[in-house]
Amino acid sequence: MSSKNDILKAIKDNNLVKQTELPNWNDFGITFENKFEHFSTMLESVGGKALITNDLDNTIKELYPDEKVIVSNVENCSLGNFDENACDDPHELKDIDLCIVKGEFAVAENGAIWMKNADNRHRSLYFISQNIVIVISKSEILNNMHEAYEKISFEDKGFGTFISGPSKTADIEQSLVIGAHGPKSGYVIFTD
Amino acid sequence: MSNHPKEAAKFVANDERMHWHDKALWFVREKRDLASKSLPEWEELRSMASQIKTHTMSKLDYYLEEFEKNATAKGITVHWAKDATEHNEIVYKLLNAKKVTKLVKSKSMLTEECHLNPYLETRGIEVIDTDLGERIVQLRNEPPSHIVLPAIHLKKSDVSDTFHEHLGTEKGNDDPTYLTRAARASLREDFLTAQAGLTGVNFAIAETGGVVVCTNEGNADMGASVPKLHIASMGLEKVVPRLKDLSVFTRLLARSATGQPITSYTSHFHAPIEGGEMHIIIVDNKRTPFLASKDYQQALNCIRCGACMNTCPVYRRSGGHSYGYVIPGPIGSTLGTFKDAAENKTLSFACTLCGSCTNVCPAKIDLDSQLYNHRQNLNELNLLGAKKTVSMRAAAWLMTHPTLFSLVGKIARTIVPMLPKAMIYNRFNVWGKTRDLPPMPKKSFKELYKEGVADEL
Amino acid sequence: MKIGLFIPCFMNELYPNVCMSTLKILKKLNLDVEYPLEQTCCGQPMANSGCAKDVEGLAKQFVENFKKYDYIVAPTGSCVTMVKDHYGAFFDDDPVYNKVKTSIYEICEFLHDVMKVEKFDVKFPHKVGLHNSCHAHRMLKLATPSELNIPYNSKLKNILSKVEGLELVDLKREDECCGFGGTFCVTEAELSTAMGRDRVNDHVTSGAEVMTGVDMSCLMHMDGLVNRENKPIKIMHITEILAGD
Repeated sequence: MSSKNDILKAIKDNNLVKQTELPNWNDFGITFENKFEHFSTMLESVGGKALITNDLDNTIKELYPDEKVIVSNVENCSLGNFDENACDDPHELKDIDLCIVKGEFAVAENGAIWMKNADNRHRSLYFISQNIVIVISKSEILNNMHEAYEKISFEDKGFGTFISGPSKTADIEQSLVIGAHGPKSGYVIFTD
Repeated sequence: MSNHPKEAAKFVANDERMHWHDKALWFVREKRDLASKSLPEWEELRSMASQIKTHTMSKLDYYLEEFEKNATAKGITVHWAKDATEHNEIVYKLLNAKKVTKLVKSKSMLTEECHLNPYLETRGIEVIDTDLGERIVQLRNEPPSHIVLPAIHLKKSDVSDTFHEHLGTEKGNDDPTYLTRAARASLREDFLTAQAGLTGVNFAIAETGGVVVCTNEGNADMGASVPKLHIASMGLEKVVPRLKDLSVFTRLLARSATGQPITSYTSHFHAPIEGGEMHIIIVDNKRTPFLASKDYQQALNCIRCGACMNTCPVYRRSGGHSYGYVIPGPIGSTLGTFKDAAENKTLSFACTLCGSCTNVCPAKIDLDSQLYNHRQNLNELNLLGAKKTVSMRAAAWLMTHPTLFSLVGKIARTIVPMLPKAMIYNRFNVWGKTRDLPPMPKKSFKELYKEGVADEL
Repeated sequence: MKIGLFIPCFMNELYPNVCMSTLKILKKLNLDVEYPLEQTCCGQPMANSGCAKDVEGLAKQFVENFKKYDYIVAPTGSCVTMVKDHYGAFFDDDPVYNKVKTSIYEICEFLHDVMKVEKFDVKFPHKVGLHNSCHAHRMLKLATPSELNIPYNSKLKNILSKVEGLELVDLKREDECCGFGGTFCVTEAELSTAMGRDRVNDHVTSGAEVMTGVDMSCLMHMDGLVNRENKPIKIMHITEILAGD
């Protein structure tokens, strides 16, 4: 008898949990008059900042004038000088100062962006970079997570993540420190 | 054997630190309240969460098999472990096959429960806990004292001392940013040199075969995305039916845990990295018996947010270590007592049955009822101790004899005022150590009523 | 309508004055109140200690003593909760018990929900801190607990607002447990004391001259601390305020 069979049998033998329907929902969850404003407030409360501009190069150069090794997978940005997709090994990404990456959509209720980009070879890019700028279309802001999950699927394999702000921790006497193991600062730029 | 009263007394004795700990956790509770009250649909979300979890448990075998099927289709290898030993053996086998000498591990209470770290360390594998709080307690050789805030019991000076000793930071520099940066640098080296990463699992999605891991630090993501081998360990109750169910849980989890609307990272792992391997280990370890328990089955619905600990007035003033069980607070007390009543018999009494925990639980687990029921079960298992059972039975007997009870009361009220204070406030009078006894009136209400005093009202 | 007065065992012995206040309030409303002499204890201390099974005799005795009344009213939240939430195990859907269960009230609950009292003929020009005893608060729902996101209402505050001159103070923690917890007060004495002290301090630092509440067990525990530590606050049961005593 394998452990799997033992476990499944243990579950089936005498499961007293009552049959319950799975809940369903439509048009459920908080909505916002001004989604960008709420998104921006939420993002700032977790150490990030939201901007609206189409001039990516100049805006980002101003925010990060000293960063040397830059990766960009965003169309209208020419600041990238390191091709992470050309790397075979994620360890080679360790010196990236800044990554400028495309996001799929934003969620107003919590300042999160859904990142799922099949063209990005190494998912570690989002975490190993010292700083991160996520670029996203202004039209792609949703109200809440229920709307968000309607747009997500994992029929293909892969990796997706909601990123809300830079990395952080409050593990030392509850003092919030921005910058734990992931990026130590983060911006979201909304473009047309 | 855990002994909450003894450990709690020690914790409380350090009045300054006890109050500091209490305030720190109450502050987290307040942040949770602000977050929960910002969503008008909060109570409905809780009901939905409870419903989703209960539905899942009623068909747990089905969902686990669905999960395995869909995970396997995505190139993930799924393992099943009956108990802690089997889990540890599987992890070791996977690591050994790849000649792993260093493993980076993100937060997983399951691996604490299985005592994975010492198991691997005695077999020559270095384990680095990468969550900052867990790293701190690892360096201090202590268990975590809270499931979400592992180092909540430590002051920054404690962390400073630990980092000075182990990471070479400046002696006496207790600035949290300085210390965090030091840990960042040190752990970054570990992420880059480890050959495998092990994560816990917040939610396992049956529909898609993937697992979700939520962190603020990004340590789980670094650990699972830089080394080639990713192992995810999960208790079998972590599975949820559909991808969309996550919308309910991701809205409840971080708000309940720390008052944030979401963690910095909510990662959905559905495959290994290029050229890598991903393994998921589904662990039972005494979870299945909960399904057969009418009184305790809801304990499996826990999403490990820690809100019950933050609100519990007993936890806040006694600290996680006083519970002597891998998970402290109300949920830990009910889980631990169910799994091993004899070992954990003080835990269901480490509680005033105030009911606050039940109200904050995002999955609406009936925590206070479970703790009350455990007390009755301990009696059935003869674990209460004769002193208590005999005296309670005697008291109950006395109460069914009203005349006798009144007489005993009258005697007590007559004699006690006549005794010298030194005799009343002796070492057997536990109440009297810190509190005055209530004044003894000459007559009971019953006596006054019988005398007709009430008629003059 | 006939009211049966249910008095917690320890209040009968140690706080007859509070029992008198309770009776006085009911009589002032011209209610027909009787105190069945055969009552003793609801069994809560035994049940909370894990000896619920020994309470069967007491539960049956309780129902027998009180079954003839239209309402059962008591100056306690925790004993009423015991009867409503935990006696069911001893009665197999017994209609007599079911009636008792739906007609038993803590006194403020009774004054608020059944009698719908609009004013009390008493003056109490003092700053008062309201201690929300856990059973009355979360199980009997005498007020909205701070944890829940539902509209706020407090039957106790509503009642106290009808007492002339009474000023309620805002506490830092509106509904934290005082640490009495039944036998907890002696099995985890240090913790219990710390919790009680914190509750008292909250009231004192929030400016309360008087602390009140519906459960004498909580108040007895905190009164013990106040007296031992000479804290500048007086503890009174809510019926003493409402009766003008």
